Amino acid sequence: MADMSEIEKRFDIHEIAKNKKQDLDRYQCNIYCCHSTGCKSSGSDEILELMHKTIEEYNLQDKVRIVATGCMGLCAQGPLIRVEIKGQKDVLYKRIDPATSRSIIIEHIVPALKLEAGQQITLPDYLQKYVLSLDLPFFKKQEKVVLKMAGHLDPEDIQEYMANGGYLALEKVLKTMTPQQVIEEIKKSGLRGRGGAGFSTGMKWEFASKVKAVDDKFIICNGDEGDPGAYMDRSILESNPHSVIEGMMIAAYAIGATEGWFYIRAEYPLAVERIEKAIKACKKSRLLGNNIMGTDFSFNIDIRLGAGAFVCGEETALIHSIEGNRGTPRPRPPYPTDKGLWGKPSCINNVETLANITSIILKGADWFSSFGTATSKGTKVFALTGQVEHSGLIEVPMGTTINEIVNEIGGGVPNGKKLKAVQTGGPSGGVIPTEYINLPLCYDELKKVGSIMGSGGMIVIDDSSDMVDLAKFYLDFTVDESCGKCAPCRIGGKQMLMLLEKISKGRGTKEDIDLLRQIATAMQKASLCGLGQTAPNPVLSTLRFFSNEYEAKVAKK
Amino acid sequence: MGDASVAAQIAAKWRKKRGSLIMALHELQDVKGYVPWDDAMELAQEMKVPLARIYEVLTFYNFFKLEAPGKAVISVCTGTACYLKGNDKTLEEFKKQLGINEGESTPDHMFHLQCVRCVGCCGLAPVCVVNGKTYGRVTTGDVSNILAEWRKKFEEEE
Repeated sequence: MADMSEIEKRFDIHEIAKNKKQDLDRYQCNIYCCHSTGCKSSGSDEILELMHKTIEEYNLQDKVRIVATGCMGLCAQGPLIRVEIKGQKDVLYKRIDPATSRSIIIEHIVPALKLEAGQQITLPDYLQKYVLSLDLPFFKKQEKVVLKMAGHLDPEDIQEYMANGGYLALEKVLKTMTPQQVIEEIKKSGLRGRGGAGFSTGMKWEFASKVKAVDDKFIICNGDEGDPGAYMDRSILESNPHSVIEGMMIAAYAIGATEGWFYIRAEYPLAVERIEKAIKACKKSRLLGNNIMGTDFSFNIDIRLGAGAFVCGEETALIHSIEGNRGTPRPRPPYPTDKGLWGKPSCINNVETLANITSIILKGADWFSSFGTATSKGTKVFALTGQVEHSGLIEVPMGTTINEIVNEIGGGVPNGKKLKAVQTGGPSGGVIPTEYINLPLCYDELKKVGSIMGSGGMIVIDDSSDMVDLAKFYLDFTVDESCGKCAPCRIGGKQMLMLLEKISKGRGTKEDIDLLRQIATAMQKASLCGLGQTAPNPVLSTLRFFSNEYEAKVAKK
Repeated sequence: MGDASVAAQIAAKWRKKRGSLIMALHELQDVKGYVPWDDAMELAQEMKVPLARIYEVLTFYNFFKLEAPGKAVISVCTGTACYLKGNDKTLEEFKKQLGINEGESTPDHMFHLQCVRCVGCCGLAPVCVVNGKTYGRVTTGDVSNILAEWRKKFEEEE
């Protein structure tokens, strides 16, 4: 290869990655401090400040690097700090306060750096109390693809992303593959949309690529994660924003899009900020704009914020919202891939879906499809919350059973209570009782038991919870969030809620339960969009598995 | 641009961009704390958007406030994880101590109480957020401390 000019070198991702790697290799110790929304609210700002001061005090700036990272997963035990010293075992600390963070430097890092090769540090007892074993099933049983770099990467540093192989997938695609080859690879991988419905991503891209655009064609990233109890997308955007941007660029190349849009909830200010910074960094590194990497591919990205409307996760409502209108859905077809944003063909992918793309391109479709079940490939990120010991963000291969997730990774139900059910799919999903504890989690199996994968919220419910009340909780949410455009959803939801209130107050009759079923079925069939069609799911699934609880309330009358 | 009003400045920034109305309203609310009626009218004129369009957007989305909130906005999370861990009790305690209902402000405009759908800190459930500061594992006993903390803060500012 001919010598590169200085300017070319400045923008060459291999050159940047090489220099950054050398730069990072200088350090003997890396302190990773979780700086995601969860740990930030537990006080990681103060911790970071004090640790920086302490490092300066001990004059260790050249040896020790402090990295403010994205989510490490075990949010309930935050703030989390991970200390990695060359030649020493990695140590993860939990529930750290500023004073303890200072002690970690003085009592752990300073002496460890003075040790000779082969010696391991012994931690003082009081620090030992803060150590979280990395051998916990919570860490051991996970398989990280999407979250691989989360917790090990400064999300605001594009060079660090490049030093870890960032933008190599984009280079591979732009320089060695045709758009059709990219689509074939994604189709072969079996990747399905992670937003809820589970449509084949490769197929969606193929449809979008075949539509001839007169001028514009758009790729949209759906970051309107509205399910209460789910925060996978937020964590991905916060911990590794460039992986989503790179995935979006590859999608744009594959379908021939000219412009990309991020639609992110306004309730996620940190995620918005990190994507904004990442886009700026890309523009500065000439990874966005005209003739990217010296090829014919030109592309730009912009951000639009949601404003607190759950229905905007539905793709036609989302489009209306980006356009600056009320977020009401419209009937499909025409599908957005034909007529989307401003009437132009638009392909909408979820955050997690796009975050999977780079690994598939670099490691191959066969590698990706080696994870998972026959029809659900790859891994899935779940927000494991509710009445469970280790609540947090986890990533497991598709097909992992509920038992493995709740009892092994999650450490079971606390306070001596018993597991009653898990709920997946948020307000659009259903409950799964303990008799299905060995159910492998994948799109099709969940459907069989009346729930859905959804975006990945998993709520653990113990035996103290009232299922009628839970159904009411979800329905209250969807009734409130219904946009009111179509009658089945607007009226049906409200009537169902009134019936549930009557039943839970002990004034219901057996006929009310039948009526509840009838309205639910009508709503499923007649509603305009996914919100209305799935809103009855929590009611129907609690009726299916816990009808005794409904009947008990009716019998009291 | 020094003399131009906030609404005019925001309109100038967003007028020529596509899909900008909601973004402009976000910026207006960021500056003013809510979307005052006069500013909305001015924005309509400057952006050449009918006022009715602005009104329908403002009333559709939960995020926009049409009235001035209290100085400290208390958001009690009503997501599923917080619901299961009993955040309804925290909400009741806030109501009791402040003497207001959700969606209302105290007469001295110091506190505004609202419910929000999942702030995405489910690992810390139950959660409350006051002016961007998140409080995790909140119990009814914490309520008076949280209120005292913010009262003290405002007194110090004055």
